[in-house]
Formats: sequence, C-alpha cells, structure tokens
Amino acid sequence: MNLIHDLIFDYTLRNVALGSAILGVVSGVLGCFAVLRRQGLMGDALSHAALPGVCLAYMATHSKSPVVLMIGAALAGLIGMAIILLVERRTRIDPGSALGIVLTVFFGFGVVLLTVIQKGNDANQAGLDKFLFGQAAALVSDQVTTMAIVGGAALFVVGLLYKEFKLLAFDTGFAGVLGFRPHFLGGLLTGLLVAAIVIGLNTVGVILMSAMLVAPACAARQWTNRLSAMIGISALVGALAGLSGAIISVLQERVPTGPAIVLLLGAIVAISLLFGSAEGWVWDWIRRRRNRLALPEPSR
Amino acid sequence: MSADLQISLVAVAAGVACALVGVFLVLRRMAMMADAISHSILPGIVAGYVLAHGPNLLLGFLGATASGLLTVVLVEALSKGKLRQDAAIGLVFPILFALGVLVVSKYFANVHIDTDAVLYGEIAFAPFDTVNVAGRDIGPKSFWVLAVLAIVNTGFIAVLYKELKLATFDPGLAASLGFRPALLHYLLMALVAVTTVGAFSAVGAILSVALIIVPPVVASLLTERLPRMIALSVAVGALGAVLGHRVAAWSNVSISGMIATVLGILFGGALLFAPGRGLIAQWSRRRAQKVRFATEMLLVHLATHQETAARDIECSLPHLESELGWDREVAARIVGRAERLGLLEREESLLSLTEAGLRQAYLAAER
Amino acid sequence: MIPAISVRDLTVAYDEKPVLWDVDLDIPEGTLSAIVGPNGAGKSTLIKAILGLVPIAAGSIRVFGEPYRTAHERVGYVPQRGSVDWDFPTDALDVVTMGLYGRLGWFGRPGRQERRIALECLDKVGMRDYARRQIGQLSGGQQQRVFLARALAQDAALTFMDEPFAGVDATTEQTIIDTLKALRDAGKTVVVVHHDLDTVPRYFDFVALLNVRLIAAGPTEAVFVPDNLQRAYGGKIAFLHR
Repeated sequence: MNLIHDLIFDYTLRNVALGSAILGVVSGVLGCFAVLRRQGLMGDALSHAALPGVCLAYMATHSKSPVVLMIGAALAGLIGMAIILLVERRTRIDPGSALGIVLTVFFGFGVVLLTVIQKGNDANQAGLDKFLFGQAAALVSDQVTTMAIVGGAALFVVGLLYKEFKLLAFDTGFAGVLGFRPHFLGGLLTGLLVAAIVIGLNTVGVILMSAMLVAPACAARQWTNRLSAMIGISALVGALAGLSGAIISVLQERVPTGPAIVLLLGAIVAISLLFGSAEGWVWDWIRRRRNRLALPEPSR
Repeated sequence: MSADLQISLVAVAAGVACALVGVFLVLRRMAMMADAISHSILPGIVAGYVLAHGPNLLLGFLGATASGLLTVVLVEALSKGKLRQDAAIGLVFPILFALGVLVVSKYFANVHIDTDAVLYGEIAFAPFDTVNVAGRDIGPKSFWVLAVLAIVNTGFIAVLYKELKLATFDPGLAASLGFRPALLHYLLMALVAVTTVGAFSAVGAILSVALIIVPPVVASLLTERLPRMIALSVAVGALGAVLGHRVAAWSNVSISGMIATVLGILFGGALLFAPGRGLIAQWSRRRAQKVRFATEMLLVHLATHQETAARDIECSLPHLESELGWDREVAARIVGRAERLGLLEREESLLSLTEAGLRQAYLAAER
Repeated sequence: MIPAISVRDLTVAYDEKPVLWDVDLDIPEGTLSAIVGPNGAGKSTLIKAILGLVPIAAGSIRVFGEPYRTAHERVGYVPQRGSVDWDFPTDALDVVTMGLYGRLGWFGRPGRQERRIALECLDKVGMRDYARRQIGQLSGGQQQRVFLARALAQDAALTFMDEPFAGVDATTEQTIIDTLKALRDAGKTVVVVHHDLDTVPRYFDFVALLNVRLIAAGPTEAVFVPDNLQRAYGGKIAFLHR
C-alpha cells in the first residue's frame, strides 16, 4: 500500500494525480455535450487558439503565474470560439474549415508572438511554451487549486442548466420554441468548453486535449442510452484515465503524463466499442456468425 | 541564390502544393482531416527512424505517409460505425500522436526527433540543407521535394479533374457511372498525407495545415466556379507565403507563424469584403432587400385596394402604418422612396399608384 | 374574437428568393387546421416564421393577439421527423418530459409530478410500454407518436405539427388524427402542415392553401374546392382575382 501512502504524502504524485483526475472529470462531462453537438473538434481548435492569449498575457504582465496565463488562454479561446460561431452562422463555409482556420491562424500568430518574446532577451520567458505542451509532472498545488476552482465552476453551471443544455443538444429548434434562447445557451456551453481546455493545457497539452474531451464521451456512449448516465460514466472514465495515467508516468521512467493518459483513454474506447452495449462489435460479430451458421448454404 | 530567396521559393512551393489538394479537401468538408494527418504522422516518422536505425528521408517519408493513411482508414471505419466523423477524427489523431511521443521519450530521449519542431517548423533552416547534383548546389532539398509534390498534385488534378469534380459534388452519380469515388477518395487522401509530410518537414505541421485549408476557403468566398477556385487557391497560397516571409524577415519573427498570420488576415479580408458572400455584402444586401420588399408590398397593397370601395381607408398613410406593421418613420421612408421613383402619387395622406407603379405591382405579384 | 393566429403581410426570403410573399392569414381558435400546398410552397417556413425560428423580411405575426415572445408558453410544436438527432442518449419518457420544460422555466427541474404527466401522455398515444426505449430504436410511426405525446404534455392552447403523417403506418396516422380531433373538441387549436390532399376534407375543418402566397383560407367546405386547388397547384395566380 505504498502507492496509497505516496498518493497522499508525496507532493509531486499527489498534485499530478489530483490535477489529472480533476481534468478528467471536467473534460469528461463537457466532452459529452461537445460530442453530442457535433463539436468533437472544437476542443482541438480552441486549445490551439489559446497560444496567442498566453503570449499576450505574458507580454502584458511579465508574469508566468499559471493564473495569468490561464486568463490569457481563456480570452483567446473565447475570441476564437466567437469567430468560429460567426463563420458557421453567417457563411456557407463548413464548420470543419472554420475550425481549421481559427486553429492554424491563431496558433501561427502565437508562434510569431513567442519569437517576439524570445527576442526580448527576457531571461524569465524560458519555458513559456511549456505551458501549452503539458508538463503535468511540474504541477504545483496552487495550480491544482486553480484547476479545481475553474473546473468546479464549469461543472456547477452544467448542473444548474442541465435540463436546458440537454434540450439544446437534442432539439435546438424546440428549445427556441419553448423560449430558451438557443444562441445564448450554445455560446455558453461552448464557452464552458474553453474552461476545460484552459485547465487541460498545462496538464496534457494542446494536441492531446482533443482526446481528453472526445474519448471519455465516446466510451461512455457505448454503455448507456441515457444522458445522465453517459455523463457520469464519462466523468468516471476521464478521472480513472487521468489518475492512472498520472501514477504510471510518475512510477515509470520517461513516460510523459499526457500521452500515458491518452493511450489509456484509447484503450478504454476500444474496449467500449468492442464490448459496450448490445451492439458492441464483438457481440455483433458473434451474432452474425451464429446467423450464418444457422442458415443453410445457398445452393448454386 | 540568397538565403531569403531560397526560403521564399520553399514557402511558395509549399503554398502551391498544399492549396492544390486543399481545394478538394475543403470542398469535401474534410478540412480537419489535414490537421489530424499532420499530427498523426509522428509515429510513422518514428517507425521509419527505427527501421532505418537512424534518420532516413525515404523511410521517414514512407512511414509518415503510411500513418497518415492509417488515420484516414481508422477515421472512416469509426465514423461508418458508431461515432460521428468529428468525434472519430478528434479521437484518432491524439492517440496516434501520443503513441509517437511516448515512444520518442521512452526510447529516443537523446535523439533528435523534436516534437516541438514538428509543430513549429524550421523553414528558416531550409537553405542549410541543399541538394548537390554533379557537384553543383541546386538549392534547398525541401524546395525540390515540394516542387515535385506540386507537380504531382497538378498532374493528379489535371488527369482526374472530371472524376474528382463529380465525386466531390455528387458521389452517388459518380459511383453509378463507374468512377469508383471510394478509390478516388483514398487517392486524394494519400496525396494529402504525402503533401503534408513534404510540407511539414519544411514549414511545420501547423503551417502546412494552414496552407491546405485557408487558401481554398478564401477562394471559395470569392468564386463559385471550380477552375477559378483552384487557380485562386494557388494564388492565395503563394501570396501568403511571399508576404508572410517578407514581413517575418523584416520584423525578424517566426516565418511559419507569420505566413499563417498573413493567411489569416487574407481570410479576414475576404470574409468581410468579398463581393456577394462577404459579411458586409450580405449585410447591405439584406438591408436593400428589406426596403425593396417593403416597397413592393406597398405597391401590391395599393393595387389590390385602390379600385375598391374601401379605398379611402385602405390607401391612406395612417392605415398603411397599422396594416403593414410599420412605424411612422419606416412608412414615411418607403412611401417617400416610391414617390421619388415615380411609382405613386400622394394627395394629403391618400396614396394612388402611377402607371409605372401598377406595372411594378403586377411584376411583383407575378413572381 | 381574437384569432389564434393572425399573420399580416408576411414576407420571408432566403437569400434573394422570397419563400413566402405577402401572406395574410387568420386562423380561428378551436379549429383543426391544415396548411396545404405543393412542395416548396413555404408551408414549413410559415409555421417556423410564426414560431420565430426563421427571420422575417416584412410583416407582423400575432399569436392570441400577442407577439410570439410573450405567447410562447401557450404554443406547442412537433417538428419534422428529420430535425432531431435520433442517436441521442434519451428515451421516450425523457422526450415527452421535455414538453414540460417550458412550464418549468429556467433552472426548474422535472420531478415526480412531471414524470406522471409524461407517462399519462405516452399512454394517450399508446406508447406507455415503450417509455424506456431509446428513441432511435423506435419505428418511424412510434417516434411520431412520442413527439405527439410531447405536444400533449405541453398542454398548449395552440399546437403546430409539421408533416406528422409523413412516413408513418396506418395505426399511427389514426392515433394521431384521433388525438388531434380530441384536442380540437377540448377547445384547443391545432395547425398541421399537410400534403395528402385526399384526407383533407375528412381530417380538417379549416384549410389554408399556400403557394408562396396565400391562395385561400377558410372553412374546408368553402375553400377546398377544385378552383382553388387548381390555383394553388397549377398555373400562376394573379393577386387581383382575390
């Protein structure tokens, strides 16, 4: 029971495990809505869009405090989101292209800002880009606290407006007919996604954030036909993968946390697709095989 | 050849090669597949490295292309089954990328496969890696790779133009005519993968994706015709590359980042100002349309009622205000406009149509 | 008496093309009404415009004498079948409960009371046994009945249904029309977008014939006559004949 002892008393392990688990729960919950609303790639676009925000926050304050950088990331993410929603609503450009444009252009601009900062001979800036690429192993307890507060606030809003979000995701037109202002609700729900991304950036990093949102929801969907259960399972999957990925990466040498979590999530999704629900691929295959054996060979 | 010119050439070649495949990717609404491929090629590069026991251009290229295609196959398999396409893409590429990162950090910690460089790109180093033919330096290697890719892509589109067009706009018809849209689809995806691999080693993953997606979207805002869209995409890609490089060289910042930024500015400009589809054109059209509809409605209303007994009431300005639900200001503006155009006359507050007004009312009603 | 719906000079356009042109329509309270017309006549657009789901270019709309914004609590809606996500993780009971969300308002949570009402409504359309079935696993007719139950749960004074009989079995069609007639007999107003001309006289007591513009509207026996149908379905119509 050394592991449990370390989880409680080892400063690094405790922070990494706790931070990853919090991220898993928050992204598991918000990922369900993202996947159901066909915004599976929104997370990827917005996490990349955060880079210029991080840079500008640093340039404005010369502080590498995670809270400052998170605020910058959130603002840039929200601006990126606003552009994507505007393009989707007002033009015939397809949503995927809108995501791709915001993703690459924001990130490219962020890289420009990074080179500007690096030129400034500012010794303090070293490792600024690391904020984006996830270094769960370096999480400090202040960061974990911030993650818990931001994530908790996002989950609180979901809890408060669960009924409205569910209606929006299922039947947007009907939400409008009932007077629930779908544009506002949609913007709010996507905005909460930004909260999950912001707390995920320095844990798993920009690129892997997408899987943190999509994978738990996809896995959970295979085991249930009810939204509340799907959200619960998704949060659990996210937390479990976060926790075990963190533990593995601390115990094993040179296994980075982010990839460990994402590969665990991949395995869980695969198992869910194979065995989850009555239509799981394995059951499906067995059923079809049985049917084929039961039917006589067609005569020629 | 100066280093600046060489970099420009590399950037333009990348822009042209990417824009060519990008047009069809964007038209098929699969833009984010480029993003997915650009990340998921990492494990393929790693595999090539392992197989060749060191850096090897050909094996790295093959490995990267193979894992790009694996991404396409996995996404298609998942989205035919139980997941939607966006979720399938968002799932597959981070897992493949994570696999690559894990293998690199576990077994090749001291080797130069820098995962950050995969994202940022190192186009500034292009002039240092040149090709020698018969002892003569013929320019950066990445330029030649991209130039070949641009030629291959042009050839692909030229030879299969008709089939690609049909398979993109009407896959059902293409299949029924025996054009095998699925085969064409995988061919296109293979080209996207190869192009991304070629471009990313020169300009970085993110810029290669920007060069694939942004120019075709800008072009689609400016034209509806496919040949023109292809030409415009190539032009926008090349323009973005040249401008971005110039600005970056002048201000001494990341070239790849600046090219992406310039492309973003070009997109923003097209989004706002494109004739017809731009936001400003849409907005002014909607305004003009409101005025036109209101005028026509006024004319039709007058035409319907001016021969009837209730004419004095129906055709009076105050009644129109309540009947058509207009406030006083709108009513005055619309009536004033119609009067100026010679469509109606007014005595006191009673309105009557002129000959021209009656004709226009008929036209409006017949539509 | 104030009509249930009052539309004045309504014009709706997508891009340059008007989909509805200068429509004037009053639908009296307590009728079972049909909106009938050829494909592309703007039938769905008309109810979407009334419900505030599409922007209007000109004109005004009143529901029970009020703008939709203030009247929405008295309005029910059954969308076309294609417009919802059938893979969504939700079951029949849950969908019907959504009909009560408007009454619960922001933040309100459905409880035992709402569950009971939803079950009753499922019972009325003969779907109680399927309460816990995921909606994608129901047949087309069963799905339509679930959405009818959702409209019943809304207990609206005015209910819109968009093509409720499209692609459903005969039993379901009978269940739906019986339910709608019962609603009418209880004093509610029901407006149905409908395309099967044969059943119009049997089903409806008020008809609006539409083809971009309003051709005619009134009690079925007065309006549903060959002359009007000819004008709605063939040939161009001059407004001066009105």
